[in-house]
Amino acid sequence: MLNRRTLLASGAALLAAPRLGRAQTVVGVTSDEIKIGSIMPYSGPASAYGAIGRLQQVFFKAINDAGGISGRKINFISLDDGYQPPKTVEQTRRLVEQDRVAFLFNTLGTPGNTAIQRYVNQRKVPHLFLATGADKWGNPQEFPWTIGYQPSYRTEAQIFTKYMLEHDRNAKLGILYQNDDFGKDYVAGVRDVLGTRFDAVVKMVSYEVTDATIDSQVVQLHGSGVDCLLTAATPKFAAQTIRKVFDIGWRPKMHFMTDVSISVASVMNPAGPEKGVGILTAAYLKEPTDPTWQADPGMNEWRAWMRQHMPDADMTDGNYPYSYSVTKCIMQVLTQCNGDFSRENIMKQATSLNNVVIPTLINGITVSTSATNFHPIRKMQLAKWDGKTWERFGGLIEGAG
Amino acid sequence: MSELSEAPPSLRSATVRPAPGIPPALLWALGAVALLLPLFMAESFTLFQLTTAAIYAIAILGLNIITGYNGQISLGHGAFYAVGAYVGAIMLDKLNLPYWSTLPAAAVICGILGWGIGRPALRLGGLYLALTTFSLAVAVPQILKYRGIEEWTGGVQGVLVTKPDAPFGLPLNPDQYLYVLTVLLALGVFILARNLMASRLGRAIVAIRDHALAAEAMGMNIANIKTATFAISAAITGLAGALSALAVEFVSPDSFQASLSITLFVGMVVGGVASIFGAVFGGLFVVFMPNIAEGLSKSAPGVIYGIILIAFLFLLPGGVAGLLRRLGARLRR
Repeated sequence: MLNRRTLLASGAALLAAPRLGRAQTVVGVTSDEIKIGSIMPYSGPASAYGAIGRLQQVFFKAINDAGGISGRKINFISLDDGYQPPKTVEQTRRLVEQDRVAFLFNTLGTPGNTAIQRYVNQRKVPHLFLATGADKWGNPQEFPWTIGYQPSYRTEAQIFTKYMLEHDRNAKLGILYQNDDFGKDYVAGVRDVLGTRFDAVVKMVSYEVTDATIDSQVVQLHGSGVDCLLTAATPKFAAQTIRKVFDIGWRPKMHFMTDVSISVASVMNPAGPEKGVGILTAAYLKEPTDPTWQADPGMNEWRAWMRQHMPDADMTDGNYPYSYSVTKCIMQVLTQCNGDFSRENIMKQATSLNNVVIPTLINGITVSTSATNFHPIRKMQLAKWDGKTWERFGGLIEGAG
Repeated sequence: MSELSEAPPSLRSATVRPAPGIPPALLWALGAVALLLPLFMAESFTLFQLTTAAIYAIAILGLNIITGYNGQISLGHGAFYAVGAYVGAIMLDKLNLPYWSTLPAAAVICGILGWGIGRPALRLGGLYLALTTFSLAVAVPQILKYRGIEEWTGGVQGVLVTKPDAPFGLPLNPDQYLYVLTVLLALGVFILARNLMASRLGRAIVAIRDHALAAEAMGMNIANIKTATFAISAAITGLAGALSALAVEFVSPDSFQASLSITLFVGMVVGGVASIFGAVFGGLFVVFMPNIAEGLSKSAPGVIYGIILIAFLFLLPGGVAGLLRRLGARLRR
């Protein structure tokens, strides 16, 4: 027994030996290279998002082929966590302690990022443009090294509420939300806008992801006398809601739908496309299947890039315009760094973005950050379901937070 | 009975003797040095991986006792791991209890839970038990999200905990201390498990696997022994879960997907079914092999992992422990 243990442990020691630390003032950067780390669910239940990481790998390779950034090549290390937080922690520690990346970029998933947020802030590693819609990534007092990217669910709810009040000051709003941080962000956003009027205006009903149906919740809201509805539900429940609302003969004045659940294939068609006519949602990215972007210069740039670099990719997959946008955004940060890739400067530049125009964001929506604003994208445009497609209308609305 | 009872007799023995000619004291010293070496050589990250491997080794050992030695297939040990982790996290974060108290508490609670579940479930036996325990693995992540206990479990958002600092002013950082703690605990649990399997109860456990009817005819109370085995097994895996909460510093329902139970099962088979020491290799395998697979191919790490796994089973049918046993036997000849 003992000689085997010796074998094992000396093997482990061998594994460990070549990884002794080096002292560097600027971590992850040499005269000809900058190391960037990322974590994506390439495997597991959320592996569809792996497309985001694949575009990024191709993107940085193309940058390197064109000469790199400030004379340095980008060494992009994108690891798989299978959407499991313990694995996210392990991969993060590998990136920070072993690979010694300069910063983390676009790590995906709310639970995984929750698990690593404290660690990366203790280590003062920039944790930039996370791929999650939770609102908590914009908290510079407590977590000065973490910054989100997309409009948070909370921002979206603020936008819905503003729109509702503009059109009907006396509207009564029912909120059907999933009982987790995703659903609760919507409740918080509505509260941000309504303030003290919240209790008078809003009726809330929640459901659990484990529930079989949300029929009783819909009936309950309908019976409580509200005339507008905000559905903060994941796709399966969103489809059920649309169908149930229609089937019981409820025609809310306005029915807002979270942008998590606007997929034509997985929500609108299963619910019955005619049952959802008039539903409102909000968008910040240009939808690749939307015909109005056919001649749009930004989308043309993206399509040309895709044809050149990823000719086999599915051009209707919304993950690609998203990934293109966030990668463009990090390139802007690296350009602004102007050769000084210390962690302090990277964080400083990431929080000094001034109305950066990104080709795949809806025209007029720009990226802005500051030392106190860690919510880079704050505007969205409403869109209405016409039975076939989401039709954008009206101007851009900014969140209230 | 189960497939496992068909394993060749050479795999059933739990005793591994040191190679002749080397004094045991020297082996102990070498072993201690080898275990402590990473403390001074390795970076924090490598220590963290080794700590994780040691934690998985404990969990796999727990599974091995019920599945390897007792022949009852459990595909649900991830559930006990999860419960152990949550017990630890809740005691630390909500009740502000000291970290060391979470370890025995998690083991005891998981032991009781294992007893309660094992009592009815073990009547099923064989494939039915495998499915029953698997349903446990599927159910637990959802139960952890249940609203009624959200105040304790934190719902989907999980619970953040903090690694303990080294006591008595030891000059170790939290990663180093946790490594030492985990390795010492693992050592203790492995020695206890070896003693258990060499005891009367251990022989009864194996006898029930090999021939339940004969064992019963010898006067063994099969239901009681099976249930006790399941409880011990769950307790050990629960202890590993509590350690994992300390190492990862975060628990959430997504941390304990049903695939975790399969991971433990894979670790057990690769390390060696019905082998105490094999669990160490199982732990190392499940921590390091996915990373190696990912290093070989970014686009299809799952395929590479699968190929490596099949190669392992083909080349080492008795697991790593089986190979070592064969090598040891050849050396002694």
